[in-house]
Amino acid sequence: MKAKFLVPLLLFFGLAGFLAFGLTLNPREVPSPLIDKPAPDFSLARLDQPEQTFSLKEMQGEVWMLNVWASWCVACREEHPLLVQMAKRKIVPVVGLNYKEVRGDGAINARGMALEVETGMAIERARRWLTDHGDPYVLSVLDIDGRVGIDFGVYGVPETFLIDRQGTIRYKHIGPITPDTLQNVLIPKIEELRRAG
Amino acid sequence: MRVDASYAVLRSAVLVSAVALSVGLAGPVRADTPAAVADPGLATALAADPKLEADAMELSHKLRCLVCQNQSIAESNAPLAVDLRDQVREQLAAGKSKEDVVDYLVERYGDFVLYEPPFKAATALLWLGPAALLFGGAAWLAFRLRRRRDEVAAQKTLSAADRTRARALLESAPGAAHSESPESRS
Repeated sequence: MKAKFLVPLLLFFGLAGFLAFGLTLNPREVPSPLIDKPAPDFSLARLDQPEQTFSLKEMQGEVWMLNVWASWCVACREEHPLLVQMAKRKIVPVVGLNYKEVRGDGAINARGMALEVETGMAIERARRWLTDHGDPYVLSVLDIDGRVGIDFGVYGVPETFLIDRQGTIRYKHIGPITPDTLQNVLIPKIEELRRAG
Repeated sequence: MRVDASYAVLRSAVLVSAVALSVGLAGPVRADTPAAVADPGLATALAADPKLEADAMELSHKLRCLVCQNQSIAESNAPLAVDLRDQVREQLAAGKSKEDVVDYLVERYGDFVLYEPPFKAATALLWLGPAALLFGGAAWLAFRLRRRRDEVAAQKTLSAADRTRARALLESAPGAAHSESPESRS
């Protein structure tokens, strides 16, 4: 019992340990409750053919990714070359979810804008952006009001969902994909899901 | 006598002015004022029914914004918070209960959106920790106090041998206790 005076010191180290661990966590990364749940179904207009819609069942039987993007999103610009490179290497089919193309842009006041006008503007802006930066997507769909984004629990752009053959969300990446996460996280997971069938 | 009288005067003066003040203040409030005119530039898509709007805002205050994480979706002006506020309003207007709306958001964003986390295995420490600390601490304190009381009680009763030793000390050095104290005080 001689070392009793060490008790407060040890308590302090315990507390400091917890706090140090807390510093390594990123509070911006909110864990998604949708992991291992079926991806929420949607039907949205395609960017390339706006008169046609796209829904989840078209990707059934494939391991694929849903990448949330917008032309006003700065971090997407950072991520985009990697997506283009992934498309060239044919790593995995990626569907683009164009998120609030017009009303998400702080520079535009979309309030009171008619939906047709907004949609037309979104198509024009999104297409131009893909022409300028390259189009890595199998196709992109237009989420004009961000409602599908809410269904997927999107709270920032870019976000990427990895979806398996059965249409279940298996992984969510928040923020731009980096070469490191692609190599060490995404590719192993994609291979694993492909093997699982 | 004079003090008492002036005190009574002062007290009645305070009472009278307080009554006058409250009447004065209550007057204009009771008058039928029109509801605040909504500023079209600021108010975005308010629900038409004030009761519904109040419910929506009350619920929005309990939901955490994912972008500005220290603000509720009622307070935040992040575009996502505006969208979520609209969702809350829209769903309540469609006749859904508050629980339904909360479930809708938790399904998509997780317990993170709740300022009041639900009680489950992962949050048991959070909910029970403070009470455990309080009662644990109180129990520890009670134990320590009881032990000290027993120790003091044990020391109070001198054994026969101690008693004779103490008496012998007192008798052999009568001035010792007095001579020491002035020095130690200096």
